[in-house]
Amino acid sequence: MASVVLSEPEKLYIVHGVQEDLRVDGRGCEDYRCAEVETDVVSNTSGSARVKLGHTDILVGVKAEMGTPKLEKPDEGYLEFFVDCSANATPEFEGRGGEELGTEIANTLYRVFSSESSVDLKSLCINPREHCWVLYVDVLLLECGGNLFDAISIAVKAALFNTRIPKVRVLEDEEGSKEIELSDDPYDCIRLNVDDVPCIVTLSKIGYRHVVDATLQEEACSLASLLISVTSKGALTSMKKVGKGSLDPESIFEMMETGKRVGKSLHIALQKILDEEESLGTSRQKVGFLG
Amino acid sequence: MAAPELLSDEGYRADGRRPAELRKVRARMGVFAQADGSAYIEQGNTKALAVVYGPHEMRGSRSKALPDRALVNCQYSMATFSTGERRRRPHGDRQAGELALHLKQTFEAAILTHLYPRSQIDIYVQILQADGGNYCACVNAATLAVMDAGIPMRDYVCACSAGLAEDTPLADRSPEEAAGGPRLVLALLPASGQIALLQLSARLHQERLEAALEAAGQACRALHAVLDRVVRDRLREVTALLGD
Repeated sequence: MASVVLSEPEKLYIVHGVQEDLRVDGRGCEDYRCAEVETDVVSNTSGSARVKLGHTDILVGVKAEMGTPKLEKPDEGYLEFFVDCSANATPEFEGRGGEELGTEIANTLYRVFSSESSVDLKSLCINPREHCWVLYVDVLLLECGGNLFDAISIAVKAALFNTRIPKVRVLEDEEGSKEIELSDDPYDCIRLNVDDVPCIVTLSKIGYRHVVDATLQEEACSLASLLISVTSKGALTSMKKVGKGSLDPESIFEMMETGKRVGKSLHIALQKILDEEESLGTSRQKVGFLG
Repeated sequence: MAAPELLSDEGYRADGRRPAELRKVRARMGVFAQADGSAYIEQGNTKALAVVYGPHEMRGSRSKALPDRALVNCQYSMATFSTGERRRRPHGDRQAGELALHLKQTFEAAILTHLYPRSQIDIYVQILQADGGNYCACVNAATLAVMDAGIPMRDYVCACSAGLAEDTPLADRSPEEAAGGPRLVLALLPASGQIALLQLSARLHQERLEAALEAAGQACRALHAVLDRVVRDRLREVTALLGD
């Protein structure tokens, strides 16, 4: 991952600031940076979103393809995650350099998003045991400026919200052979319900306190962080400790409480943006990377 | 089967363009803050991002360092969701390797590499949405990104493709037109008229080559005007921010 090298006095400056609830960029400990969210940026996907959180820039594309359901869940579709740490973010990711981080993030995403409670996987089934929709969620990391996981989870949720899957019907003739018919109307499609899709909140322990949405500089000062996924109702769905340092149990509970509170307001803010964009419909001016 | 009609009787192409008309080009420099240079370009529905790092010290093996000039290192990748059918991996296949090599050759011709001996310049291009003319969009985006990084170049590099419908050359071919006829890709240094890359696929009568080349050259010069405007606008914006 892109890393910054900080001198001891610089670190001390950041740590002391956090102690006073005033961070280097003027935020408090529980404030996010200004985030930009735009959906439907890549038109040949089923759904896409771009999220810019400070200097972190994420593009997510969702493609719906037909596949066969998994044996253990014959009446459900499934999600596949792939994270491409492109060399755009840092030259270290050139060639196969980004694969390790990409796999780590993808595995976390599987854990966070693939549970039954987050997306209604049954609605992705077309024909039990034979056909289902597979949603390929491809994350493209364009720039990392700290707090990758949160930005990625916001982008994935926005892209899933934007996803439109064409409606298909299964026709069966007398001999029992089945045929799948695609609806003629391109606007006739299924939307996913993303109300229960969680967002990740990463809490980084800096000194005695913890902050959300750490920048690269702050991440360099933090020894350990707690990554939790929270639904819009404030329910905690998964948790993971990351980083090389250790955390004591008491601070973990404190961080969980903060995470739930921050996560809830994050969901509200995100949903508001998504609904606003949705209401504009086709009249919306697409900005993309040109703005 | 008859070849698809590339030009209507009225002289228009399937997407409504005239034979020499380009698709809409929109571009922006300085998309990312952390990279030394970056640019984004849209040509029709093809969207490409280019990022430049460097010139910097050699990364990895120092034995690759060139004693008299900078090493230009390129990577071409396509987002897994960029094509109609999902790609399994963004780079590392044969086509990506070939295009990266072409990019390297193109930019070695344009960048004044002799000014930075024993150093390295990284150019990374990424196709976000593929809709024909991917390589050309990448070259154009990379030109802007190299300029954004402030690396001296001989000239702009503008790339454009051309095809032929019977005798009429078609500039900036769309993917629908890819089905019929030969394809010519040209990367031009417009001020001097030098050719940095020329690629012709499929058989073409020598007499027609000149017309196709001329059409591609015209298109490159038109692109140059657009890119030049983007660069000048960007410069004006940046100098205004600096306060003269």
